[in-house]
Amino acid sequence: MSTVSEHPEEGFIRKYVFSIDHKVIGLQYGFTALLFLLFGFCLMLLMRWQLGFPGQPIPVIGGLLGNANAPGGIMLPEFYNQLGAMHGTIMVFLGVVPLLVGAFGNYLIPLQIGAPDMAFPKLNMMSYWVYFVGGMIMFVSFFLPGGAANSGWTSYPPLSNIATMGQTAWLMGMVFLITSSLLGSINIITTIIQLRAEGLTYMRMPFFVWSQLVTSFLLLLAFPPLEAAGILQLMDRLAGTSFFMPSGLVVSGQVLEGAGGGSPLLWQHLFWFLAHPEVYVLILPAMGIVAEVIANNTRKPLWGYNAMVYASVWLGFMSFIVWAHHMFLTGMGTVMSAFFQTTTMIISIPSVVILTALLISLWGGSIRFNTPMLFALAFLPMFGIGGLTGLPLGLAPSDIHLHDTYYVIGHFHYVVAPGTIFAIFAGIYYWFPKFTGRRMSETLGKVHFWGSFIFMNGVFGPMFLQGLAGVSRRLYDGGAQYSHAQGVIQFNQFMSYSAFLLLIAQLPFIFNFFWSMRMGEKVGDNPWQATTLDWAATSSPPLGHGNFAEVPVVWRGPYEYSVPGYEEDFLPQHVATPAPQEG
Amino acid sequence: MEIPYTVAERPDTGLYNGKLGIWLFLASEVMLFGGLFSSYILLRTGDPNWFKPELSVPMATLNTMVLITSSVTMVMSWASLRLQDFKKFRLFSAATFLLASTFMVIKALEYNTELSHHLYPSANNFMATYFTMTGLHGLHVLAGMVVIAYLWGPGSKMWKTEPERFTNRVEITGLYWHFVDLVWIFLFPALYLL
Amino acid sequence: MTTAHSPEDIKKETRVYILVFIALATLTMITVGISYLDLSTGPAVTLALFVALIKGSLVAAFFMHLISERKLIYAVLVFTVFFFLALIFLPLGSFLNQVAG
Repeated sequence: MSTVSEHPEEGFIRKYVFSIDHKVIGLQYGFTALLFLLFGFCLMLLMRWQLGFPGQPIPVIGGLLGNANAPGGIMLPEFYNQLGAMHGTIMVFLGVVPLLVGAFGNYLIPLQIGAPDMAFPKLNMMSYWVYFVGGMIMFVSFFLPGGAANSGWTSYPPLSNIATMGQTAWLMGMVFLITSSLLGSINIITTIIQLRAEGLTYMRMPFFVWSQLVTSFLLLLAFPPLEAAGILQLMDRLAGTSFFMPSGLVVSGQVLEGAGGGSPLLWQHLFWFLAHPEVYVLILPAMGIVAEVIANNTRKPLWGYNAMVYASVWLGFMSFIVWAHHMFLTGMGTVMSAFFQTTTMIISIPSVVILTALLISLWGGSIRFNTPMLFALAFLPMFGIGGLTGLPLGLAPSDIHLHDTYYVIGHFHYVVAPGTIFAIFAGIYYWFPKFTGRRMSETLGKVHFWGSFIFMNGVFGPMFLQGLAGVSRRLYDGGAQYSHAQGVIQFNQFMSYSAFLLLIAQLPFIFNFFWSMRMGEKVGDNPWQATTLDWAATSSPPLGHGNFAEVPVVWRGPYEYSVPGYEEDFLPQHVATPAPQEG
Repeated sequence: MEIPYTVAERPDTGLYNGKLGIWLFLASEVMLFGGLFSSYILLRTGDPNWFKPELSVPMATLNTMVLITSSVTMVMSWASLRLQDFKKFRLFSAATFLLASTFMVIKALEYNTELSHHLYPSANNFMATYFTMTGLHGLHVLAGMVVIAYLWGPGSKMWKTEPERFTNRVEITGLYWHFVDLVWIFLFPALYLL
Repeated sequence: MTTAHSPEDIKKETRVYILVFIALATLTMITVGISYLDLSTGPAVTLALFVALIKGSLVAAFFMHLISERKLIYAVLVFTVFFFLALIFLPLGSFLNQVAG
């Protein structure tokens, strides 16, 4: 039965703006998220200027930032705080997750499971536009009196309770973003469970699909408590309640009015209940992408697929009961501290299982060093560094020294920046031919890779040294006024130069991306000789007309590469093949 | 382009898409109200000066009965469709809507009484919790009312063209509605009786 | 549509709904009655929670048909309940196990 239907052409708005086709929605998410990623990157560059050259006027654009933010082009601490809070918020909630889940997830899941679309196409469209509104609220908040939110992406009360208007905008924005995420996760879970093609059992699904399934469960169940917390903070800020306001709080010498009796720690529990699973949302789909690229470019099956699947599920489960390792210094007693240290140590095991399986998958492979593979390979040691540096943070005794220092910033950036973002780049280079029918330039890709790899390490490596020396995070002057920072302060300039060079390294990518859409080498449906169902669909599958010329049936697992007895070194999942030749 | 299992059940899961979707949504709602219940517990145990003003237990008990009854009429409206009795469906559906409205009116009367006695959300953390939790619950009741009204009115046209799909929609709405009742079953003792 | 039932089966279900309604009404009266007994916190909370759980279970099992629902739904709910309990008890535990002062 053919799924390509005959129906009249849709108008432009219906086809490209309010489309219910998962591929259009995936591309919408992709473009929007990449723009936000770039914007968040620019916010960081402003911060790095201030940290590398404190008190100096920002070149070129300093005058454009306005007197409220940077009089004479010199950044005010209040503006620095806005940059810090919004950089984190935008990268996590408007950039990385919408890319991994909204873009890659939406576009590829139906293709990889052989479905005509997501289970709820209209809900899918809504989830994009709700994300868009949430993003706009966050963006516009910079232009409010008092500027954007400035109490960290973590928005701890009481500070966030009494912060400027931008914090209210942040909370409203988060309500929209959480709603979008909820609609998306319901769609993804239902799609994967209900719409798998005939023959596609769970253990024949590409690891990418498994990673999206677990991720969506995390989003579904972990976000609502933050939504609850957001409602409570909005009540505090707008209705004068004291959910998070302790009694007798004194600000600038004055006792604050209000009923009091509230608990700032309550916010922290509700926030981190989401924010810890959130970091696994940031890494799991990335591991999914890396797994696909590695299997394809080693021309052999993934080693330990079953272990990787079970480890992902175990990881997802554990992620809900480790959150208070972000709160070791809040006066927690030894019993609860021991509990959270234990669960945190346990959760490192499935992470290591997945990373090790990916590493062993390289052994004996016929490795093709194309651009997606370079990024996927670099992901492994970079995520390794990120993960290992998490260990002293997850143990309370060492965390006493390292908490809220640059060590933490180094740790989480290694996992997300040369970690997840490298996986995103790998995914873009790998699936670009599927989206557009053309290849991206390999030469420009390699320039982009090496530049990014070197300068990412330049920006984040020294942070561990600064953190170990005790330099606190969120300092407007990068630690300049502290004697204990003097031995490591010189790294600030080095890291800032690395950041600017990192920006330069992205230019070949941006050029490559747009140029290749028009002028890239045209390719067929399966230029990488891949096995998964997404490559069975035509390149640049027709929008709004279903995905496959014929409904696929699945005959084998997802990584049947180099199977003995066949001439081709790959067996696509959907092709019914005769028995292997003898001899 | 047809999405499979929109109406028919997928053999291995035994579910149609919408049913799985609504249960997933309800799971997230458990966590949403869970966050608020957790907050209430923490705030109450943590505040040595916790003060709870008197609320109207009789009014809330009446409201509890109203909501439970509306759950019965809701499930009866779905049963009627499965018995192919469209008229009964409309009757029970309208009854559900009316009972829900009654709930909202009684709630509004309560709010009015409390606010006119200067028991604002900002008065103390109990009032803050009370207004926030019953307010969020009330918004959920309203949303349910909108959907029930739609399925009673313009949405009911689908009964003529796709009766099974329409029955499914009513079933899904019912599941949501029962959940709203379930939340109240816990809210009522937590806020009024303890 | 759930697996096709005959009209007799559906009528039987209807009877169950009425019985559940009566049970719920009765339990509501019981829980209100208990609240007038002025018990101390521990027993009061335990009893209120116990009655609420019974009422909730009746709504879930019969109105929401959980008693005849598929394994997949149960699995989702079991995990949800577990995380719900973590959300209730772990913050409470951290609070009760605080360092003095």
